[in-house]
Amino acid sequence: MTTSHESEKETMDTSVKPSSLADVAQAKPTKVPGTRALGTGLETRGVHAWFGKHHALSNISLDFAAGTVTALIGPSGCGKSTFIRTINRMHEFIPTAAMAGEVLLDGKDVYAPGTDVTKIRLQIGMVFQKPNPFPSMTIGENVLSGLKLAQIKVDNKDDLLEESLERAGLWSEVKDRLGAHGGSLSGGQQQRLCIARALAVRPQVLLMDEPCSALDPGSTLRIEETIRHLSDTMTIIIVTHNMQQAARVSDYTAFFLSDGGPGQMIEVAPTSEIFSRPQDQRTENYVTGRFG
Amino acid sequence: MSTTVTAIPTKPWQASRRERAIDSGIFLAAITTSFIVVALTPMKGKLAYFAIFFLAYALLTSTLKGSQRGSAAAKDALVNSLVAIGAIVTVIPVISILATVLNKGLPGISLGLFTHDMALATPTDPLNNGGLLHAITGTLTMVAIALFLSVPIGILTALYLTEIKGRFTGPIRFLVQAMSGVPSIVAGLFILSAILYPITKAYSGLMGSLSLTILMIPTIARTSEEVLNLIPNELREAGTALGGTHWRTVAMIVLPAARSGLVTAIILGVARIAGETAPILLLTGGGDKVNPNAFSGPMGSLPYYIWKSFNAGSPEAITRAWAGLLVLVGLVLILFTSARYLGSRKVAK
Repeated sequence: MTTSHESEKETMDTSVKPSSLADVAQAKPTKVPGTRALGTGLETRGVHAWFGKHHALSNISLDFAAGTVTALIGPSGCGKSTFIRTINRMHEFIPTAAMAGEVLLDGKDVYAPGTDVTKIRLQIGMVFQKPNPFPSMTIGENVLSGLKLAQIKVDNKDDLLEESLERAGLWSEVKDRLGAHGGSLSGGQQQRLCIARALAVRPQVLLMDEPCSALDPGSTLRIEETIRHLSDTMTIIIVTHNMQQAARVSDYTAFFLSDGGPGQMIEVAPTSEIFSRPQDQRTENYVTGRFG
Repeated sequence: MSTTVTAIPTKPWQASRRERAIDSGIFLAAITTSFIVVALTPMKGKLAYFAIFFLAYALLTSTLKGSQRGSAAAKDALVNSLVAIGAIVTVIPVISILATVLNKGLPGISLGLFTHDMALATPTDPLNNGGLLHAITGTLTMVAIALFLSVPIGILTALYLTEIKGRFTGPIRFLVQAMSGVPSIVAGLFILSAILYPITKAYSGLMGSLSLTILMIPTIARTSEEVLNLIPNELREAGTALGGTHWRTVAMIVLPAARSGLVTAIILGVARIAGETAPILLLTGGGDKVNPNAFSGPMGSLPYYIWKSFNAGSPEAITRAWAGLLVLVGLVLILFTSARYLGSRKVAK
């Protein structure tokens, strides 16, 4: 982690060319899928999504190898958030929503009849754009709220509390005030609290919907460090509008675009490729800032 | 180490002494105008003083501001004074009512009032005979039963409207709104014809409580619905995304977040029914004895006591009625104050 950041800084310092995003992307060790024994990961096959008659997302097939970070980039309204909400079945909360296709977690379709939705959401955690700690709970209660919500019994709650906060990079800042209300934390700390809360139920996959868009650069950096740490043990999908962030944290990047119709996936490739040699002209336009 | 900069905190936006003098001048001029007009014209009475004073004040300030800073400032001053008039006009009757009740009720208040009932006294007896213990206990009993019945129903209705949003949300919201406009006598007659005549065939506190429940449910349901609608949707999504079922998310996250608002809703519901008279007259039989059993026998209540005492007509009875009114107003006032206190308290800091 630290090494990747140091090398990132070096590349940033030496190169002032617009291609620095590619350098940033290449500056970290590339993960090769299948080299980690973490299960088979997550896969979507031909996912479509609708809101009423509005076709929002068309035919997304993506493979998320276990233990990797995938960034979803693209202009607003191209269906990135809709897509990750289809993965943990939050999409169905919009009354007019409809979908087609398959989302395979460890080879099993999460939309298969008879699937326990709450179990799916325990395996696929989610962090939202705006930090949303539960206002009626303390910091400690917030972290363990997932266990209470899903009625999971654990033997040693204190250990889990510490471990989750440690993994989210928040333990040292809050260990002396676990009884304070979540709302007393700063925005960046609240977001890491929400990450800790998602981690406490030990999901295999973590979905992050623009987790840093409401945060200052310092907090963003902390959360990016957290993401890199977490990616050793889980699969992460992050929606971001920040190209630098995508280049810094992700192993793979998928570019989404809507040309007036439903959002489509234009291209997916290892992040260094997307930022250095994109195959599609539209991707190149977007990542170089000529459009979007 | 560093040079000390001395700065005196000032408030440059505040009115200067001269401006404040002009404002008080206008105030005095408006009062003088009202006295002159009342003396010179056929308009008489307190109301005339008030009306002319306000009118003169509004006109004078807006003319002055207009001459100083143009028509926009004039309009601003005019609207400002109209708003102030509106606020004062609203407060005057409330203060007047409270003053009258205090003035006429205090002579009838004594310790015996809270320790005796009217079983051995008639309304026309001297004031040291009897009291309104039966009325206080009766009102509290009926309110407690009504609370017990209407709080679950009201909050569950609100949960249906905000959390489930089922197919019947529209019609149910419409019916709840329509119900909150039902005259209380209708609720009383409904219980009378649907339960008292065909089933129990006797007056009791329970009958009164049932009619109060009908009146209380819409208040609780509507207020709770508004409170629950204020809970951000992100919290519901966060709870669901953590693997909570719908019910557990509502019970563990939505309801605790809305707790203080729900308490306010319940207290507003109590305040709505505490002074309700019409259905009580129809249904409870209004006994003069402390009756701890709400299920049989007539039960007294404060509104009934007031009504009965006023009807008796003797000076003692009238004083009793005012004392009862004071107790009732005090009860409602305590409830409203606690509602405001609980409602303004934040759950999370």
